[in-house]
Amino acid sequence: MRTITLGLSSVAVLATATSSLAQDQIELWFNNAGNPAETAVVERIVNDFNASQSDYEVVAQSFPQSTYNETIVAAALAGDLPDILAVDGPIMPNWAWSGYLVPLDIDQQKIETFLPGTKGYWDGELYAIGLWDAAVAMFARRSILERFDIRVPTLDEPWTLAEFDAALETIKASGEFEYPIDFGLAIQGEWYPYALSPLLQSFGGDIVDRSTYLTAENALNGEAALEFGEWWQSLFTRELAPGPSQDPADRETGFLEGKYALSWNGSWKALGAIDEFGDDIMFLPAPDLGNGSTIGAASWQYAVTSASEHTEGAMAFVEFMLKDEYIAAFSEGIGLIPATLSAAAMTENYAEGAPMHVFFGLSEAQAKLRPVTPGYLVSGKVFRESLANIANGADVADSLDAAVDAIDADIKRNQGYGH
Amino acid sequence: MRARSRLTQSNLAGWSFALPGLALVAVFIILPFFVGIGLSLTNQRLISPNPAQFVGLENYRNLMGLSVLTIEPERDAAGAIVRDDAGAIEYPRVRTFTRNNPDYPHLQGMREWISWQSRENRVVLLASDVVFMKALVNTIIFVAVIVPVQGGLALVLALLINQRLPAITLFRAIYFMPVVISVVVVSILWRLIYDGDNGLLNNLLGLISFGLIPPIDWLGNPDTALGAIIGVSVWHSVGFHMVIWLAGLQTIPPSLYEAAAIEGASKWQTFRYVTWPGLRNTAVLVLIVITMQAFELFAKVDLMTKGGPLDSTQTIVFQAVERGFRTQDIATGSAISVIGFVLVLSISLTQRYLTRSRHE
Repeated sequence: MRTITLGLSSVAVLATATSSLAQDQIELWFNNAGNPAETAVVERIVNDFNASQSDYEVVAQSFPQSTYNETIVAAALAGDLPDILAVDGPIMPNWAWSGYLVPLDIDQQKIETFLPGTKGYWDGELYAIGLWDAAVAMFARRSILERFDIRVPTLDEPWTLAEFDAALETIKASGEFEYPIDFGLAIQGEWYPYALSPLLQSFGGDIVDRSTYLTAENALNGEAALEFGEWWQSLFTRELAPGPSQDPADRETGFLEGKYALSWNGSWKALGAIDEFGDDIMFLPAPDLGNGSTIGAASWQYAVTSASEHTEGAMAFVEFMLKDEYIAAFSEGIGLIPATLSAAAMTENYAEGAPMHVFFGLSEAQAKLRPVTPGYLVSGKVFRESLANIANGADVADSLDAAVDAIDADIKRNQGYGH
Repeated sequence: MRARSRLTQSNLAGWSFALPGLALVAVFIILPFFVGIGLSLTNQRLISPNPAQFVGLENYRNLMGLSVLTIEPERDAAGAIVRDDAGAIEYPRVRTFTRNNPDYPHLQGMREWISWQSRENRVVLLASDVVFMKALVNTIIFVAVIVPVQGGLALVLALLINQRLPAITLFRAIYFMPVVISVVVVSILWRLIYDGDNGLLNNLLGLISFGLIPPIDWLGNPDTALGAIIGVSVWHSVGFHMVIWLAGLQTIPPSLYEAAAIEGASKWQTFRYVTWPGLRNTAVLVLIVITMQAFELFAKVDLMTKGGPLDSTQTIVFQAVERGFRTQDIATGSAISVIGFVLVLSISLTQRYLTRSRHE
């Protein structure tokens, strides 16, 4: 039986090979294996593109996101990179610097109206373009805020540190929730630097010193960072938030089930919250912890690799993707912020007046890129470990010092990462 | 001499049969091993436009560097020792010595690993790479605990199922079951069991102690996390070693047991003088296999704790992967692998020596 199937499938392969003999094949790798909604949109675009012309045939392949970066690096080492790949915004400079990506040669007019977080620039060149951005907001319920008499913050007047802290204490004192707030520490990955480094920036610190990108000294262990660290640790000693050992299932459902009163969460989780709470749900702006409110910008984007033998075709495909209908389709499918207002108007949730339109405002007013440097790959990870350690009770100053040393040593070993 | 002539002469067929295997071993094991040693002496990155440079033993120094610092207590203007409210002596912070202090250039960037009190002074053992030191110690603790516990428990289980009882195969299957479950499934399963708030283990402990034992955050507490991982590891692989013991038990001739019974040996004497000597070779095998496997601890750490909390579950292999792949520092990753190799090799050689057969 097996040989028969094998035989049949090789016949099928041969048949496809002959039918597309005149076409050049373009490989596309993306990061969301196991996400049927996103895969469906990618397939739709690929089919449309393949039908629209006869020079190229795009073949898409998906990989699991949690090990995606390692997959790409391994492929790069093996000389096996595809033509087009999805890349997480802050990781892009690393691959561009390493010479695995080429600058995008696409019509600038097409991306004029795109949100700034969707454009991946490194060294003055556009290397990646995204069809969506993501934003983080404080998920809250109107009824709970009213019950505890907590002011609803606005973009112009976000919560101050004292106000935010007092709100958490008030909710804690009621004893109605397992924890007043959930920061999602169960997700031990890019979530930490993406969602939590803006809190550090809001105190006035940063992962690295962005004036030179050559050191983290003072940025990550200066006054502001130490203050942030002490406050961050106190969230866990005061039992205001679940720590890094949080059950991942609780991260998914804890807010919806009423275990947590507030949830620091991404726009891609907003759909579920709207379904659960309807009009009661609110997506509030980040608090101002002393140095303005900040949330992370840039999500997954598409880039063309230097390994591509059909750069023109690859560029053509990337340009082909930048249509409002596809941007809208991605947004509908995975709940992310569409890259253009015109695409947003085509969606149910992001159109003017729709429940998630607020994320547009958050993204516009508060979004800030993570450090744009090839070294982010390491410094983001070091930051994550440091934050987890502090939450677990490590000495704040020592942890931040150790993080600074690790980041600085890495920058030195890489001869400044081209800065 | 006979052995040598047999190897070199008139054995062309043997060598040609061995050749494909030898070639594979050379390409996939021996060659990477030497490449690894070579990489560990450079600053090679996984992907980088910068050319690699030879750096000698710098990677090893960065990993293994140790230094001792004696800190004198803070004294007030009169020279008296400053004490805090609780009466404990106050010391200047370690970071005042290790960060940009021109008087202590050799301590630059080092971190406190262990400290203790010596009369009024505080002695601090500083390490260049505290995380790696913790990984080293954790791995050794893990091996030191798991070898006797897993080996012993496997033997007990093997003795239990080496009986002619009805439905004994059912028990054999049950004990062996965890071995065939993927480590990923095992880790996710045990994450739920160990959950700090409403995990199965906490519920069970609460139930049998009538609520006296408060819920413990097994994987979130630095004191219990390594123990929790040891527990999963034993549960997961004890069945495998049980089968090896069982195979050993079944090679012991029944006539020896009959003879022992006729001589009037007690159960303990039978075990001590018949079973145990008969298991000698099996014991050596089990010992070495468990030791080697234990040094490779990685997947459970990666899936359950990521080395945390507070580096209490860092291991050598986990660190090698973290540095080598996830931060693209393949040179340091290689150096860690080489250190791990030397460690495993020396322990295995010691074990071989201690368990050598004295009849040869």
